[in-house]
Amino acid sequence: MMSRTLRRIAPQLVTLAVLAALISVVFPGFLEISVSDGRLVGPVIDILKRGATVALLAIGMTLVIATRGIDLSVGATIAITGAVAAWSISNGLGLAGALSLAIAVGLVAGLWNGVLVAIIGIQPIVATLILMTAGRGVAQLITEGRILTFSHDGLAFLGSGDVLGIPVPALLWPVTGIAVALLMRRTALGLLIEAIGINRRASALAGINARLLLIAVYMTSGLCAALAGIITAADIRGADANNAGLWLELDAILAVVIGGNSLMGGRFSVAASLFGAMIIQTIDTGILLAGFPSEYNLVIKAALVVAILVLQSPRLASTWIYWGMRLRNRRAADAARIREAGE
Amino acid sequence: MNVRTYPLLATVAIFLVAYAACYAQFPAMLSTRVIGNLLTDNAYLGITAVGMTIVILSGGIDLSVGSVIAFSGVFIAVVLRDTGLHPLPVFAMLLIITTAFGAAMGGLIHGLAMPPFIVTLAGMFLARGAGYMLTIDSVPIDHPFYELIDDAYWLMPGRGRFTLIGGLMLVSVLAGMIIAHRTRFGASVFALGGGEQTARLMGVKTGRTTVLIYAFSGFMAGLSGIVFSIYTGSGYPLATVGTELTAIAAVVIGGTLLTGGAGYVFGTLVGVMTMGLIQTYIVFDGSLSSWWTKIVIGALLLFFIVLQKGILRLSVAGGAMAGAGR
Repeated sequence: MMSRTLRRIAPQLVTLAVLAALISVVFPGFLEISVSDGRLVGPVIDILKRGATVALLAIGMTLVIATRGIDLSVGATIAITGAVAAWSISNGLGLAGALSLAIAVGLVAGLWNGVLVAIIGIQPIVATLILMTAGRGVAQLITEGRILTFSHDGLAFLGSGDVLGIPVPALLWPVTGIAVALLMRRTALGLLIEAIGINRRASALAGINARLLLIAVYMTSGLCAALAGIITAADIRGADANNAGLWLELDAILAVVIGGNSLMGGRFSVAASLFGAMIIQTIDTGILLAGFPSEYNLVIKAALVVAILVLQSPRLASTWIYWGMRLRNRRAADAARIREAGE
Repeated sequence: MNVRTYPLLATVAIFLVAYAACYAQFPAMLSTRVIGNLLTDNAYLGITAVGMTIVILSGGIDLSVGSVIAFSGVFIAVVLRDTGLHPLPVFAMLLIITTAFGAAMGGLIHGLAMPPFIVTLAGMFLARGAGYMLTIDSVPIDHPFYELIDDAYWLMPGRGRFTLIGGLMLVSVLAGMIIAHRTRFGASVFALGGGEQTARLMGVKTGRTTVLIYAFSGFMAGLSGIVFSIYTGSGYPLATVGTELTAIAAVVIGGTLLTGGAGYVFGTLVGVMTMGLIQTYIVFDGSLSSWWTKIVIGALLLFFIVLQKGILRLSVAGGAMAGAGR
């Protein structure tokens, strides 16, 4: 079991190692971690912290994409939940109230998407486009168009505090990821979700309650977006309805794709997506550390996506399998000939 | 009557009703000034939405157009600043670049059998990144030819300005209507939107058509970039972020099925005008905030998608009944 997971995430680990080596060449102190004021500091810790939002989104997105769906609304959900958290903390609802309200709103956003996809039967990309467009308007309605700031140490702790020297966001995503991965793999849930992604009709005929599961998957995505929204708002001690989570849905989708998960649904790996998110953040941070102007960031990202697409292409894969089979057949024929010659 | 025309009729009806409602509240809404501005302000969006309509009719999607528009503006501004070229050859160069860019994406989509969504997402990053690499500042365009275009308008009765770029949008829509509904290429696009397998069995050259579709969308995005640079008089790599989604929304509100295979280019024009009308109303009202635009557009999107879903069910049920009758 362990070795199979390792083999699955090997390409992502190798990519990360290569990236780390490349950056270390240009910026020698890349892997150094030191302790200052009882906290760990260093580029690696920074990546783990800054990559938290995309990593959290990637967890939910992995499940959605495994059902052959896509969730474009997560960026807008970050804006809404961040606004809700900031609004409720500054209206004296307390930390528990603010957190539970924000998470509830995230779940409702997911429920909305899920109902549109699973019950009304709208394509996921369109269904989630609605909330993506309208969501930022809703968030601005809550913040009344301003940047809603707050001063509450409890909430700010979630964004900039640390536990045992490790920043809280850097702890939050691994914990969420492991919890979701365990839930998927220690129960049959993961298998059922893969079945829906491969063929929804067949899975329904096999007795899977596809509707309920689809709604649950989109709600999980909403929940992850709510967590990301809370740490985004907590980090800057304010909610910015215009810019919070802007275009993060695309980064999250990219993380899932870099994680080797097919956009056509089916088999998925949450761990691989998380490493995908870390790869994206390492590239972002690495480009800055290496002293490149950040303008190169997008072009490098685009080149990376194309390279990964070529490697993942179903058409190329079938060609490779074809050549692999021919090679194997020829070897077998050669072996048979040698054996005949021997006799 | 064909069930497929219902979304278009609904779009037109909603636009007319909304316009009438606006007129009832603000009689100035019907002046030629407002109409002229409606055309000019939405010219770049309308042009790129025509390209998007063709892409969506084929069952695809093109997320790169917003970035391509921004790149176009930056490219024009930087080339005009650094060389002594006349804008016209620069426009021609730009259109060749964006068309080739679109064709390359179409080639990747067909060649790799990858979803258009993710290929054009990479194109979006690439075009935006290319724009950043040219400059990260807003570069003003200062050329006599631009002043000439700015002054090229027809003063309509009522002192409204029918500008060149507004006219260019209407011409683009007309060209898009002819291409989509009256040519062999258009028929191939609709066939592809109905299903790639069936299209291939019908003898449609799917590879060639896919490349042409995205090349067309790239061309329209380049043209839209030219119009946008004339409209703003500058090039800025951070401009038109999210225009691809606005264009998709306009296409959907215009009654085109997002699954492909059914829709009208004319509907897209009405969709663009409906969204422009909402913004104009908010400006007229003055007390509403601009975020209401997003919410209303979201609500309209939902309405049209659910309407289309219902019509699809109706037409499927109708087909089944006709089949049973036979």
